[in-house]
Amino acid sequence: MLKVFSKNQYSGLSLARNALSRHRKWPRVWRDPEPKNSYDVVIIGAGGHGLATAYYLAELHGVKNIAVLEKGWLGGGNTGRNTTIVRSNYLLDGNAKFYEHSLKLWESLSQQLNYNVMFSQRGVLNLAHSDPEMESFSIRGNAMRFNGIDAELLLADQVRRSVPYLDCSQNTRYPIFGGLLQKRGGTARHDAVAWGFARCADAHGVDIIQNCEVTGFKMTGNKVTAVETSRGEIQTGKVGLAVAGNSGRLAAMAGLKLPIESHVLQAVVTEPLKPILDTVVTSGASHVYISQTDKGEVLFGGDLDFYNSYAQRGNLPRVEYVVQSVLTLFPCLSRVRMMRTWGGVMDMSMDGSPIIGKTPIDGLYLNSGWCYGGFKATPGSGWCFAHTIAHDQPHMLNEPFSLERFSSGALLDEKGSGAFPNAH
Amino acid sequence: MNSHRHPVGGTINRGHSITFRFDGRTYSAYEGDTLASALLANGVRIVGRSFKYHRPRGIFGMGVEEPSSMVQLRSGPRSEPNVRATEVEVFDGLEAFSQHCWPSVNLDFGAVINFASPIFPSGFYYKTFMWPASKWMFYERFIRKAAGLGKSAIERDPDSYSKFYQFCDVLVVGAGPAGLSAALSAARAGATVVLVDENGQTGGRLNFDDAAVDGKPAQEWVYQSTEKLKLMPNVEVLCRTTAFGFYDQNLVGALERIADHQREPDGREDRQKLRMIRAKQVVLATGAIERSIPFSGNDKPGVMLASAVRGYANRFAVRCGKKAVVFTNNDSAYATVSALKSVGVTVAAVIDCRLASPGESALKHIGNTPLKQGFAISRVRGLRRVKSVEVSRFQDNGEVIGSAETLTCDLVCVSGGWTPTVHLFSHAQGKLNFDEEIGAFVPREQLGSVQVAGSANGSMSLGACLRQGYDAGSVSSMKAGHKSEQKAKVPQVDDSPETPMQLLWQVPKVRRGGAKRFVDIQNDVTVEDIELAFSEGYVSVEHLKRYTTLGMGTDQGRTSNINGLANLARLRETDIPSVGHTTFRPPYTPVSMGALAGGDFGTHLSPVRRTPLHDWHQSNRAEMQNSGIWKRPFFYVKTGEQVRDAIIRETRQVREKVGIVDVSTLGKIEVQGRDAAEFLERVYINRWKSLPVGRCRYGLMLREDGFVFDDGTTTRVAENEYYMTTTTANAGPVLEHLEFYAQTIWPELHVHLTSISDQWAGMALAGPDSRNVLGALIGESEAANENLPYMGYLAARIEGVAVRIFRVSFSGELGYEIHIPSKFAQQVWQAVLEAGQEWDIAPYGMEAMTVMRIEKGHVVAAELDGRTTAADLGFERMMKKDVDFVGKRLAERDALVSAGRKQLVGVVSLSGRPIPKGAQIVAEQDARPPATTKGHVTSSCYSPLMDKEIGLALIADGRQIYGKELYAASPLTGRTVPVEIAHHIFVDPKGERTRG
Amino acid sequence: MLLIPCPHCGERAQTEFTYRGDATVERPHAEDSAEKWYDYVYTRDNPRGEHTEWWHHTSGCRRWFKVRRNTWTHEILGSESANSDNNRE
Repeated sequence: MLKVFSKNQYSGLSLARNALSRHRKWPRVWRDPEPKNSYDVVIIGAGGHGLATAYYLAELHGVKNIAVLEKGWLGGGNTGRNTTIVRSNYLLDGNAKFYEHSLKLWESLSQQLNYNVMFSQRGVLNLAHSDPEMESFSIRGNAMRFNGIDAELLLADQVRRSVPYLDCSQNTRYPIFGGLLQKRGGTARHDAVAWGFARCADAHGVDIIQNCEVTGFKMTGNKVTAVETSRGEIQTGKVGLAVAGNSGRLAAMAGLKLPIESHVLQAVVTEPLKPILDTVVTSGASHVYISQTDKGEVLFGGDLDFYNSYAQRGNLPRVEYVVQSVLTLFPCLSRVRMMRTWGGVMDMSMDGSPIIGKTPIDGLYLNSGWCYGGFKATPGSGWCFAHTIAHDQPHMLNEPFSLERFSSGALLDEKGSGAFPNAH
Repeated sequence: MNSHRHPVGGTINRGHSITFRFDGRTYSAYEGDTLASALLANGVRIVGRSFKYHRPRGIFGMGVEEPSSMVQLRSGPRSEPNVRATEVEVFDGLEAFSQHCWPSVNLDFGAVINFASPIFPSGFYYKTFMWPASKWMFYERFIRKAAGLGKSAIERDPDSYSKFYQFCDVLVVGAGPAGLSAALSAARAGATVVLVDENGQTGGRLNFDDAAVDGKPAQEWVYQSTEKLKLMPNVEVLCRTTAFGFYDQNLVGALERIADHQREPDGREDRQKLRMIRAKQVVLATGAIERSIPFSGNDKPGVMLASAVRGYANRFAVRCGKKAVVFTNNDSAYATVSALKSVGVTVAAVIDCRLASPGESALKHIGNTPLKQGFAISRVRGLRRVKSVEVSRFQDNGEVIGSAETLTCDLVCVSGGWTPTVHLFSHAQGKLNFDEEIGAFVPREQLGSVQVAGSANGSMSLGACLRQGYDAGSVSSMKAGHKSEQKAKVPQVDDSPETPMQLLWQVPKVRRGGAKRFVDIQNDVTVEDIELAFSEGYVSVEHLKRYTTLGMGTDQGRTSNINGLANLARLRETDIPSVGHTTFRPPYTPVSMGALAGGDFGTHLSPVRRTPLHDWHQSNRAEMQNSGIWKRPFFYVKTGEQVRDAIIRETRQVREKVGIVDVSTLGKIEVQGRDAAEFLERVYINRWKSLPVGRCRYGLMLREDGFVFDDGTTTRVAENEYYMTTTTANAGPVLEHLEFYAQTIWPELHVHLTSISDQWAGMALAGPDSRNVLGALIGESEAANENLPYMGYLAARIEGVAVRIFRVSFSGELGYEIHIPSKFAQQVWQAVLEAGQEWDIAPYGMEAMTVMRIEKGHVVAAELDGRTTAADLGFERMMKKDVDFVGKRLAERDALVSAGRKQLVGVVSLSGRPIPKGAQIVAEQDARPPATTKGHVTSSCYSPLMDKEIGLALIADGRQIYGKELYAASPLTGRTVPVEIAHHIFVDPKGERTRG
Repeated sequence: MLLIPCPHCGERAQTEFTYRGDATVERPHAEDSAEKWYDYVYTRDNPRGEHTEWWHHTSGCRRWFKVRRNTWTHEILGSESANSDNNRE
């Protein structure tokens, strides 16, 4: 499966062998190529999704001549600034099937890429705080099960036993009634995902061109013919946009207006601690999601800052509120200290689900609108997007994620919040 | 009394000795010591272990920059991990423990990994642990245990925290020479000033250095300036207060540590206070931090920052060793020599990599100590602490040559230069330039409302700090609207010229192998790791950081980041500005979660809403539960009854006699004005102009995207006045939605919207006898069907209280809603109960209400899930065809009107067994996942009236398959029940009971 | 914590307000094309830079008004009441 690396495979043995040469002989993970004049496919955005797309185009669809353009450094957008949760616990069929496909890809991704992405199936537990919430979790859990996805409904006692230090008492604003557990969900090492895809794509001959900003598109009639970049014009007949956070700006260069707003979402880590939390725990009562990284940091996030923003930073009220939510669930963390906060710019779509597919412009493909949930979709998104670009038509799995669904009304509104991007 | 304390000197209070414990041993200290100075004074050298290789770590710095000496402070519920010993003020009875080691800090089994370190370079984990695929979590368990640092407490924190919003003209961050001057000049100009400093006292580096201001010891100037400031009414001086983040519009987050220097908070005092300071102008006088130099073995306990060694000597009279070597590339470290001598430490030599002689005042400090110019330390020897150093000749091209000379010593004082603290400036979106002279990033320019002064600005001399401070203070006070009357006199200092520093980012190894050269001694990142990352292609500064974890520790790499960047630049054969720097992110130093929450968690996470009848419910044995943000009675407990019995009893009460329920949580909006009817026409799908005064109507609202938003009854109480009710959950959103349309889309409509949800309480009186009860209250003729027909409205008085009575029913029985001004709610409720005694009235709760609404097929949030259309719920005939209303156009989209949509139906269990909660509807009894489903059960219950298990469901084309048998399957609980599809209204479909 | 300049109450903390988004889109007439309606409800310019947006002073005067704000720097450039040309009391 890994012909591409021949003798440069990573393994415990290769680590030991390289120790003898004091690690001076490791090959480069990826080249730093100059852009060529033309490519068969140009992917814009070297985040996880863009790199995965390039990898699957080369690996599964035999496309040879691919470039991935990145305005900064690869993996520097939302791939490297999320809370690393992977799950497929969705209610709606379209979402469930797509994210489950992605989860299945995660399960063998380290081996597939020969790069340990540390996908750790420590379980994702959604806490319920009322009977109606338990009932809606039942609807979702049963829907998941009928879509072939694992789901378990836990009662309060089972939650108490499975998550130590969680406040399961009645002495809180929203006591815990139970939860919906997806055991196959978990976390992965976010940077490694970008790096692993980049290394593999590069080995397949994909040119990953960093520090190359796209400034415009050239079109003939309704067809893309080239992209203009800070490093010159590149001819191509197929362009895939995978620039979450900036989709609107890039699409505007091609004259498209999208059902997307850019919003800032913050995440927080504490100082490293000895293991205290094994599962990913989320709560809808205050919208918070918490896990502990392998380094020991407690990592969590909550809602958006709620106003349109392209700044990769947020303000204090959201941090305060998300910390309140964390302490509500784990009061013992009161003296633990927040070490770092950061913000990512989210493509918030109008129904809370992504857009993966064709656009009204020939040769321009769109992968955007990931809202909070792009990281877990990385392999699935790349897989579907590659298929769409290679065949000039969507795969069955991403058919529901078309741009046209907004005009037809076939929305994927998992939360049922309507056309308010910041409500999803 | 301390083995390593000079008998005289320092500013500690020798009159007050203190005892504390570290790892179970008792030590003594003086008031004024930090934990670090006290440990050093007692000769404790190994304090902790490094993150990755578990290498022994000693005290390295003396303040916020400290990367290595982290401890677990206190025990039990007040236990706090990862506390820098250099920042802890010692108090009597202090208890601290080394962390991240087992069984002890001196003998740590985790250190075996150190011997295997050749196969664990940076990023090794990305290359292995992949086989077999299923075993990653097995490996991960050990990795997780080996990682982490300290331990979280596992009990609830006994201390309290608070938040405080504060406003001022000028906020000065840092009370060193620049900050004090800035505060003085701004305050004299009349500005309101807040001066914050992270340390226990003002003065900054002047507390640790031997300097003079206006010909007197600098500490005298610090004392006088501070006293002056404290006496000014427009000034607040806050020590132990760290400004940790700079946010939009000059909001600075600051953490005041009120009680951390005590054993525990006094009385009712908070432990910490989160201050959010909104300042018109901010002066950043945040100082600079000394950095290290990577050389072979530079992580061994005994290698310390030169400034720290100096500070421990000057301030605490502590000897950090017996025999020292000073290694520097700049003049500032020379002062460490005289400081060391003053506490009786021998200095073997000063190793200066520069060939040029240091400045005059530097030379004064070293006296007759041997000075080796053009040399560098190429290696530190010693297993667990410094035993000696090897010194080699250092060339201009950065190479070391020649045979090394060995100097015996137990202390190495390093200075690689100073790095301005620009974190807050960067949070404020200030841009940085690289200053070649000091080898660090400095603010490019002053911002509109942020001035940077002193060494934070790259100006390291004391004179410049004072001058820039005064200037920044006067500029910022002027910008804040205060003009200084007289020009303040800047104090005079003797700033003799210094010899420029020589940038030195690493000392090459003299021979292959040998000890590692550490860049980040917390996360164990070495020059070799940076070289590895570079050779593998992780050449962007962010890739380097993430691949090696450089600077990602709790110290955020204050003493190491620039060394990392410079080494990357060297490898990339470019300059440091081209490499750039990583982003500075808040917080500047870690902030406790307790302070950020400020007590607003747990029971205080969000306010509890109680209805005006709450007390009555509680004193009448109601089981109160959360319903959204409200507390509502779920049912009323009777001795010996199970929950199910209570619910059945309460529904029978209503179906057979008469019951009363609190519906005060409904949203209530008064819609007034001559265009009120027109407005309602535009926001509801159905008609309103035709509604006569004194009549109610059920209304359904859509969102603009065509899906159902909310429902409720609205009553025309007068020609131009409507009384609208909304669902409980949407009371707020509906009002906002209506206000948006009224104010921005149709401002020409004369309509006023007023929320009266809080001002009015409501109760529903329902059951066959409800008219009799109402008659007893307002008179039989008033309550008669002719006077108050179904969907009629009546303004009446009960016990003299003006009430609004609506003949509407949620239960499907004859019923009324009585709305009352909130303060009379309990009085009227009581009156109704008394009047109803004759008919055996009783209260009922949410559960019984839910059962009855399912029986009657009324929709609630479970059905109004934001994805259903009016037609899905059976309301298609209500929709106006001719005129515009919110959501009309988008509700016409194909996918909203096409066949196959899920429609609201009833389901009846055919086996008599309960319909599982949240079941999916499938065609086959033995449908095994994965399988396509037809829909799902939204609500289900036992119907006492029908003596059947029933439910509501959304099923694809459900209304075309009434009578069909399908299955309600719940794989979650392993239960499947055959159900018959039925109309969603089970009870009284023609409305005979409600209309009767 | 942003300070939002309510045209009726003055500068107040962000937490008193509800945000709605782009205030430049105009609700079409009933007879306008489906395309126009789709644009109104769904598509946005989403600029990186100056953005005119709806804010509601929920915990204050309960008025909707427009704020001009830079979405890149968060700088607030001004605010105006919902319909300055059509004020009515």
